[in-house]
Amino acid sequence: MNTQAYLPVQPGVGMEENFFSLDDILLSQERLPVRTECAFPRLGFLEKSSDSQDIAEGTKMELPLWLSKGLYERKRRILSVELPKVYREGWRTVFNADPRVVDLHKMGPYYYGLGSQMLHFDSPENPDIAQTLLQTFIGRFRRTMDSSQNAYNEDTSAVVERLDCLEKVLFRSGQTGLHGFQSWEKGQASQLTASSLVLNYRKRKITDVQP
Amino acid sequence: MFCEKAVELIRELHRISDGQLPAFNEDGLRQVLQEMEALYDQNQADVNEAKSEGRAELIPSIKVRHCCLLRDQRCVTAYLYDRLLRIRALRWEYGSVLPANVRFHMCAEENFRMTIVVLSQLQWFSQYKKSLASFMRSLGGGEGLDITQDMKPPKSLYIEVRCLKDHGEFEIDDGTVILLKKNSQHFLPRWKCEQLIRQGVLEHVVS
Repeated sequence: MNTQAYLPVQPGVGMEENFFSLDDILLSQERLPVRTECAFPRLGFLEKSSDSQDIAEGTKMELPLWLSKGLYERKRRILSVELPKVYREGWRTVFNADPRVVDLHKMGPYYYGLGSQMLHFDSPENPDIAQTLLQTFIGRFRRTMDSSQNAYNEDTSAVVERLDCLEKVLFRSGQTGLHGFQSWEKGQASQLTASSLVLNYRKRKITDVQP
Repeated sequence: MFCEKAVELIRELHRISDGQLPAFNEDGLRQVLQEMEALYDQNQADVNEAKSEGRAELIPSIKVRHCCLLRDQRCVTAYLYDRLLRIRALRWEYGSVLPANVRFHMCAEENFRMTIVVLSQLQWFSQYKKSLASFMRSLGGGEGLDITQDMKPPKSLYIEVRCLKDHGEFEIDDGTVILLKKNSQHFLPRWKCEQLIRQGVLEHVVS
């Protein structure tokens, strides 16, 4: 097994974000439907639909998660956040029925991550959302694990493209384990190999030189 | 929306998931810092106005700009930190001497106006090298132990290797000089070859 020398900061678990995690930064870029509960003078340019200099109270717009989290207060004096479609009752029933048939990548690539972050906004539906997230994960996990442990030297893109980012990470680590075991079985585990990082740099160098 | 450039920097790194170090995006970083300066100045002006003229309705907008400043800060620090992790990986994979094209991707000098003095990435690499070297020297009761060797448990003292490209002359511990010519095969001590195998110069032949 080629041990990894590059160890990026992992995304946070549950409702926590890791400050330095690239995944968490991209996750918090996702847009949420919000309603402003007060006016925002001089920020009118952020809201494309109107031409005014200010954002009026009661405007419905979309803001990224990071901004929504930053502005949100329990008393909702500044902002109230609506649930994105995927986490509302309608879709929750679909997920509860059979989580395995859903294309989670299309439902927003960060289904579990964003769902966990939505719990910060004190929606009365929070317990149901949390429950659905958990049950969806449990329902899908078996199949993800099975396919990652049994697809050796195959084209797995059909399976992987329907997975959410969290599931993709799990799938990849399953595959790494599988390849490691296979190479151990073949007696290749003690064979010293060139570092994959070095080989990739060399490939890149050649393409840089080519006009 | 604010902070678009900052997130673009993050996407740039996130795209290259295998741990390679892309060129330092000095322009991008400068743009983000300029945005931070502009946001800060606007907030200063609004805070003064809110205080002196009692205009409390400006406060939500001040909050928005503050969140944007924090977001820019998060993206910049995460960008730099992730690059450091990639540079650290280089020490473990490449060894102490980096090839020129890789070194080129690290910026030699970075000084920014907003009193963020960023230790240049090349300096960081050489200091990390030194820390690692002094740590290794301190192991084994003062005798030193090279922990970048034997990344896989060794099975034998000597190994069969094939040369993948011309590398010139190579001296081993008992004084013999070996000529590493492409496609030549040799039976050499494991610890001498490990570095060259990792760099793709030699290939470990397993019968």
